[in-house]
Amino acid sequence: MRALDYVRPSTPEEAVAAVAGDEDAMFLAGGSNLVDHLKLGVARPGRLVDVSRLPLDEVATHDTDRGTVLRVGATVRNADLAAHPVVRSRLPGLSRALLAGASGQIRQQASTAGNLLQRTRCVYFQDVTTPCNKREPGSGCSALEGYGRYNAVLGASEHCVATHPSDMAVAMAALDTSVVVLGPDGERRMPSTDLHRLPGDEPQRDTTLAHGELVTGVEIPLTDLAAVSTYRKVRDRASYAFALVSVAAAVRTAGGVVEDVRLAWGGVAHAPWRARRAEEALRCGPVDEQAVAAAVDAELAEAETSEATTYKVPMLRGATVETLLALVEGEDA
Amino acid sequence: MDVPITLTVDGVEHRLDVDTRTTVLDALRERLGVTTVKKGCDHGQCGSCTVLLDGRRHLTCLSLAVAQDGAEVVTASGLADGDVLHPVQQAFLDHDGYQCGYCTPGQVCSAVGMLDEAKRGHPSHVTADLGAEPDLDDDEIRERMSGNLCRCGAYPGILGAVRQAARS
Repeated sequence: MRALDYVRPSTPEEAVAAVAGDEDAMFLAGGSNLVDHLKLGVARPGRLVDVSRLPLDEVATHDTDRGTVLRVGATVRNADLAAHPVVRSRLPGLSRALLAGASGQIRQQASTAGNLLQRTRCVYFQDVTTPCNKREPGSGCSALEGYGRYNAVLGASEHCVATHPSDMAVAMAALDTSVVVLGPDGERRMPSTDLHRLPGDEPQRDTTLAHGELVTGVEIPLTDLAAVSTYRKVRDRASYAFALVSVAAAVRTAGGVVEDVRLAWGGVAHAPWRARRAEEALRCGPVDEQAVAAAVDAELAEAETSEATTYKVPMLRGATVETLLALVEGEDA
Repeated sequence: MDVPITLTVDGVEHRLDVDTRTTVLDALRERLGVTTVKKGCDHGQCGSCTVLLDGRRHLTCLSLAVAQDGAEVVTASGLADGDVLHPVQQAFLDHDGYQCGYCTPGQVCSAVGMLDEAKRGHPSHVTADLGAEPDLDDDEIRERMSGNLCRCGAYPGILGAVRQAARS
């Protein structure tokens, strides 16, 4: 590990200035991903700017011009967010997604912004002895021909087939979440679906953030639809494993047809995948096995699978059908 | 870069200078001689290094000591009240919740933290109703303890121990 400077600024503005002015600096929050990367040699910063004690740990409802939102500070721990009464009652899909991620210890430690910004668990990214374009641009992609069970099937490129590992971010993508970002020139907001990017020919960039921009929080609209959201994760073990595929969904029907629907997938792409094409296909139609499968297939029209990832197509179809059908059954209950 | 920090471990305050790269785990074991805390995988996958840090269960291998300056750490050896074992420790004895014992301090600390989370009404992945008070049945215990591995496979004993502690 390189020699490491450490600073603990007392305001978000100071933290932004400390990282923006130093190409070698990184933000540190819960540390559950970054400290591992320091040991593995995946991250080699010269300076850590600790944001974990900044006053960004509030969860509160706010009335905005976009309706009522739940504003969640960047350093709110995953366990606290999952257990928050408003999240449990009004955003159950987010609570379920958080609870499906990591282990009890890690959820106590990991922050909201850190969860969004965690990096892929592609085994080659984490193994510095192998080529990886995300870790070392231009070195090649070992996952294309290697162990590929977790590889992306949508939006990948010849340079990178890594998937985003977060569960929370998939629920946030389905729930029209905004991310609040502080930079040297002030604050900006963007949809969480614009935070993460596809790899293209710059797989080293996970997000659209500029160096030194700090995620200070997220805002999640508290809608009637979000209040019936859910999250389903398919994985190799019953607990403490990353998603093979996952589904965040919410649906409202009237007279047997879809009035409104939200759908996002995890484990399929370099970013949480908002399935807008499938949502469009489902609108105004019935929620039955055939209709949902057709909508999934419409979303997957441009999917590219390898021998190692072929299984993800039927798995996504099955998980999405089961999730939406269960939600509609729940409506009647 | 060395930085002065303070850590309170099992009620005893320690002042020390640490290299910024030192994890809490290495500071405890190598600098303070607190070997109750075990190094297993050193990557957050096994849970052996779990302590209670400021009241929360915490993986000491995945945090830097410098960032935890001022923290209050309770290890498995700080749980007992003199010669009277903590109910979770006693339950591990009663149920043979170990074989080699290496993962046990982490299991015990994790169980103490987990029982506190459940007491505060925190749901888990297997909680059917997010609004209900969690009932710590075997599935709940398994799920909430999934961050602690036991390579001897003493899980039935661990489950029995945590079940007893949850009901006491």
